[in-house]
Amino acid sequence: METKLLTTPLFLKHQQLHAQIAPFSGWSMPIQYEGILAEHVWTRTNASVFDICHMGEFLLTGTFSESGLDKVVTMRLDDMVDGECRYGFMLNKKAGIIDDLVVYRIAVDQWMLVVNAGTTPNDEANLRKNLTAHCRVENISNETAKLDVQGPLARKVLEELVGRDVRRLAYYRFSHFHLLGEHVLVSRTGYTGELGYEIYITASKAEELWDLILKNPGVKPAGLGCRDTLRLEMCYPLYGHDIDEVHNPLEAGLGRFVYFGKEFIGSQELMKIFQAGPQRRMAFFKADSRRAPRQGYAIRMQGKDVGVVTSGSFSPSLSCGIAMGYVESEWCRVGLEATLAGASAEISSTSVEKPFYKRGSARSEGV
Amino acid sequence: MSIPANLVYTKDHEWAQCANGMATIGITDYAQHSLGDITFVELPKVGTKVKKSEQFAVVESVKAASDVYAPVSGEIVTINEALAASPERINTSPYDEGWFVVVRMSDEKEVSGLLNSAAYQKYIEGLH
Repeated sequence: METKLLTTPLFLKHQQLHAQIAPFSGWSMPIQYEGILAEHVWTRTNASVFDICHMGEFLLTGTFSESGLDKVVTMRLDDMVDGECRYGFMLNKKAGIIDDLVVYRIAVDQWMLVVNAGTTPNDEANLRKNLTAHCRVENISNETAKLDVQGPLARKVLEELVGRDVRRLAYYRFSHFHLLGEHVLVSRTGYTGELGYEIYITASKAEELWDLILKNPGVKPAGLGCRDTLRLEMCYPLYGHDIDEVHNPLEAGLGRFVYFGKEFIGSQELMKIFQAGPQRRMAFFKADSRRAPRQGYAIRMQGKDVGVVTSGSFSPSLSCGIAMGYVESEWCRVGLEATLAGASAEISSTSVEKPFYKRGSARSEGV
Repeated sequence: MSIPANLVYTKDHEWAQCANGMATIGITDYAQHSLGDITFVELPKVGTKVKKSEQFAVVESVKAASDVYAPVSGEIVTINEALAASPERINTSPYDEGWFVVVRMSDEKEVSGLLNSAAYQKYIEGLH
């Protein structure tokens, strides 16, 4: 069955910029403008703006202690303060990952959840099924535009947009600012490893904000192509590729985003996996050449297939191929040689510590 | 889109410059533009025999890998070794610095079966 691709409020802007546009998670999205490599390097050295309007947002209102929210997500919530965001997961009963998400505590009785585009309908069903009648769930994805400004110069860009107060935002904190006649939510978050901000604004204002951001000569538009190479250099997982309903957070190496001090859907199963130790684990490989390993390549060690690549690409920052994928736990060690093997390529590589790229500015503080 | 008049072309977007029994081979401006940033090239070794329309090289962009087909048959006599470290030359200079290999042709009559620049121009216009 063919379904019509969705478009963001910025679709015409991308066409005007002659972006290369392709389907992504049911959306028609800009993959590149100038080129993936140039956009990647620009984001690592200056600042880029990304159209991330395809992602989903839910607004949850109701008494926190009775909402059931704590049971639906894996991260600790009870010690969060207003203006704080936190990364974690929604799991199924078998501890498989329904989605990875960021929760925003706006107030003790008001939370925003930011989820992946392709999973939004499933996430909504999961929320409506498991949150109590004390919690009102609004899917605000359609009326909410999300523009990400990412790169070491992002703080300067945001200062010009919303004023000096934005300097006070610490990593994974958010606040509301006056912008284009609205109170917009700005969080110091991102998916690139660089200093960055995510701006949530009414969809009807998206084009105006896009133009305003691009008036800054330090900012260029960047597409999903370089967003993928940027996140892979940081070893951030991409839902549907590196994590999904048949993988759990522990084997994905993301246990620190799970809080076992509470009960949540999947917690019992996940605790069993924790106690037994996961059978497979995410490992990271640096190729000896510029050749890019691809999703689905076998991970071969000492002549034995021990795992499968879930994400692979050329790394613009390291100038070599990089990949991540699950291997049998006994093979998840740093410094092992591995052949990454596809139908037409065998790539020599070595397992390394994450992240691949270690000079990201994401946590850097202002002066 | 640049399509030099002194070259011949294939429908797979390779070009060849043929003279004195030798063919210098690369991929066209159209091909490099469609592929995007090229990050890796695998070339055959000198001495390898290649056959017209058969795969002889691989180019990779950030997003995908693509096969490159030989426009003519023959033996590889030179490869562009600079592409190993600087495959972006294929993007910036597809007909000059971005050449792939030189082939000593085994059957020069194959050249007459390739497209001239006008025919190739017409062919790629038809792709849109």
